[in-house]
Amino acid sequence: MSKIIEIENLQLTYAPNTSLQRQALQNINLTVESGEFRAIIGPQGSGKSTLLQVMAGLEVGLGKVIVDGLDLRQKKNRRMLWQRVGVIFQQPERQLFEDSLYNDVAYGPKNIGLSSEEIERRVKTALKKVKLGEEYYPLSPFKLSGGQQRRAAIAGILAMEPKILLLDEPTAGLDPKGRQEIMNLFSELCRKQGITMIMVSHDMEEVAHRADKVTVLQKGTVFLEGGPQEIFAQGNQLTEIGLAVPFASELANALRERGKNVSNVTTLADAEREVGKMLRRRNGH
Amino acid sequence: MSFFSNITVGQYYPGNSLVHRLDPRAKLLAMPLIMAGVLLAQGPVGYLAAGLPILFGYAMAKVPLTALWRGMRFLWIFLIISLVLQAVTYPGETLWEWGIITVSREGLSLGLRLIYRLVLLVLAAMLLTMTTTPVNLTGAMEKLLQPLKRLGVPVHELAMMMTIALRFVPTLLEEAEVVMKAQQARGGSLTTGSLEKRLGATIALLVPLLAGSLRRAEELAIAMEARCYRGDNGRTRLKQFQYRYLDFLVLLILFAFTILVGVERWI
Amino acid sequence: MVHNRVILNLQGVSFSYPDTQDKKALDSISLEIVAGEMVALLGPNGSGKSTLARLFNGLLIPTSGHVLVEGQSTQDEEVLWQIRQKVGMVFQNPDNQLVAALVEEELAFGMENLGISPGEMTEKIEQISTQFGIHELLQSPPHRLSGGQKQRVAIASVLAVDPEVLVLDEPTSMLDPGGRQEIMRELTRLKQVGKTIILVTHDMSEALMADRIVILEDGKIVLQGEPKQCFSQEDRLVKMGLEIPPGRRLAQRLKQKGFDIPNDLLCVKEWVEFLCLK
Repeated sequence: MSKIIEIENLQLTYAPNTSLQRQALQNINLTVESGEFRAIIGPQGSGKSTLLQVMAGLEVGLGKVIVDGLDLRQKKNRRMLWQRVGVIFQQPERQLFEDSLYNDVAYGPKNIGLSSEEIERRVKTALKKVKLGEEYYPLSPFKLSGGQQRRAAIAGILAMEPKILLLDEPTAGLDPKGRQEIMNLFSELCRKQGITMIMVSHDMEEVAHRADKVTVLQKGTVFLEGGPQEIFAQGNQLTEIGLAVPFASELANALRERGKNVSNVTTLADAEREVGKMLRRRNGH
Repeated sequence: MSFFSNITVGQYYPGNSLVHRLDPRAKLLAMPLIMAGVLLAQGPVGYLAAGLPILFGYAMAKVPLTALWRGMRFLWIFLIISLVLQAVTYPGETLWEWGIITVSREGLSLGLRLIYRLVLLVLAAMLLTMTTTPVNLTGAMEKLLQPLKRLGVPVHELAMMMTIALRFVPTLLEEAEVVMKAQQARGGSLTTGSLEKRLGATIALLVPLLAGSLRRAEELAIAMEARCYRGDNGRTRLKQFQYRYLDFLVLLILFAFTILVGVERWI
Repeated sequence: MVHNRVILNLQGVSFSYPDTQDKKALDSISLEIVAGEMVALLGPNGSGKSTLARLFNGLLIPTSGHVLVEGQSTQDEEVLWQIRQKVGMVFQNPDNQLVAALVEEELAFGMENLGISPGEMTEKIEQISTQFGIHELLQSPPHRLSGGQKQRVAIASVLAVDPEVLVLDEPTSMLDPGGRQEIMRELTRLKQVGKTIILVTHDMSEALMADRIVILEDGKIVLQGEPKQCFSQEDRLVKMGLEIPPGRRLAQRLKQKGFDIPNDLLCVKEWVEFLCLK
């Protein structure tokens, strides 16, 4: 695997030299492998969204930022980035604007300047991925339901066929079913098509379930980094900075505190196995 | 955050000076007096006198000059253009010549006087907004315009609109920034590409903003209704304004000043 | 429930939106809510739970049937304003329900509408802002607050006019976990002081603290009872697209594997107690 994102010693200050000056990011060092599913978690105001926007070339700080071989210190590289990196903002349905669903999804591909056949192919593929059928194509995106709007906006990004997808709380405000569908889609894009995923999320169950690696931000710096099992085993450190831990990890941590021999788990499937072992041992006695 | 945080023209600057503590209604009433002084002034004494209350106000309000400068930044371009226009178009004694362009003494003097007056008016307005919270400003306006209600002017509704605008401008700016970045990430840039492409990008920004505002307006209306809002009907106000002697004194002094400035014009 | 005074009484309430008259958003709902009770209204998207919430204080008027608030019908326009004062409502999006440019003015807004004297307002603002721990925010503009703070201000300003019932329509769905906790702590406190609360949510773990759960599907009440009672119907809830707390899901998984798991295991603490039993 090769590095697709490399950040060295990144600093970012908002509104420098004014009374509103605010240090958003400092001393960030981070690398992401190609095809990885990375989660970024952290309490409110820890700089997660800002970091994501730096990777998208939408915010510029001091320090080395290289995304897919492009050095983002150069303006012309930042301008080229949008063809390779897709960004899904919080409540992406806010960006819908065209008169029909089809045209909205086609907006990005049109900006790339693709042929009309290629645009059509991409729009149809993207809408198929988010399970919006042809009957929806001519509808105004504003007429769709909340969940459908979210999927429409996501299709608009997928149609650009990015190599990297940056997701800022992509499931916030959705009901459980809608959340599942969208997270399954992202997992699939990552595992089957090798798209690198970087997801800012508050949903620890999803983070535990999907991510290869987790970066924890706190006050604009990297607080912890590692695999989900490793990270969520640090229950106390996480709750101290105001973060939750998935149920399975919380249970495992609590059991370990009571002197039980339980390994680090993050998902319910793992918890089922571990608890099953415990119960079998108990019944065996 | 970064893009729109530059908009700070005449923003409230917290303080506890005499100017800050004046009744906002008195400050609002002082505006036409100061303006009348500025517009009536003629001759050097009048010009200086018209500027004095404003200068005095700033000296007492202790507003930092950097904040003042930031507020005026965009104005200078406009002022310089109007000076140049006056200087070259007004006929009179030639002061300076360059090709077909001639600068007249009368034009230059008129231009300078115009700029002086404009700067004074802007400074006066900024002194008001920099020393009065927006909430107090709208409250005072509603109070002062009360008599117009009898003429059928929807004074309360206008004040409520201003309050809501105040409340939502930062929210909408934030939203504008998000939508702009989102479209930028789809290749829609407001600052690069052909005119047609930029126009398209503008639409891609404005339509979502408009749709968002309408949705917000609808939700807000329901929330207000749920909280028993029904216009001015039997409504009381938390903010009560209380005139003090000082307020009358300031208005009286300003009034006398304006008369004096005006007197110079007629004698 | 110590007292049994019925505050809200819905009698065979149906409702359809004007543009979709053929489809009923709510279909003959009957429901009684007594003083001091906390009811969680659950259901998937489009089940009619938000519509129902808006019927409680006359924002929507039933197409048939009656909504009675302390005996007064929401159809009676004469008493509509009294009803809206008695039934306070907090909405989902904190950004779109705050009206004023300062927190202090926000707390006053409802009282101003009811014509309460300035002196009384000042006192009430002092009292309620202390209760909610937002005293130091009084002079802040809402856009400077976090999501959780905004929503707390929204709840505080609704409670400033002393409503009998507090209806909350998915108050946490747009908040991060920190904000969610803030709101749930606030609701726990209000429940303890005996406030009547109706919480609309699709999150089962939030519904757990309620005295009673009412589950809606396609505009009808399909299930109601104490939280733990309702969880025995897990399969049905999952099918409706409701989220089952992970503690219950784990129990379910282990039961399927043939383990004997008690029915009331929910939170980590209960699980640890169960697993560490001798």
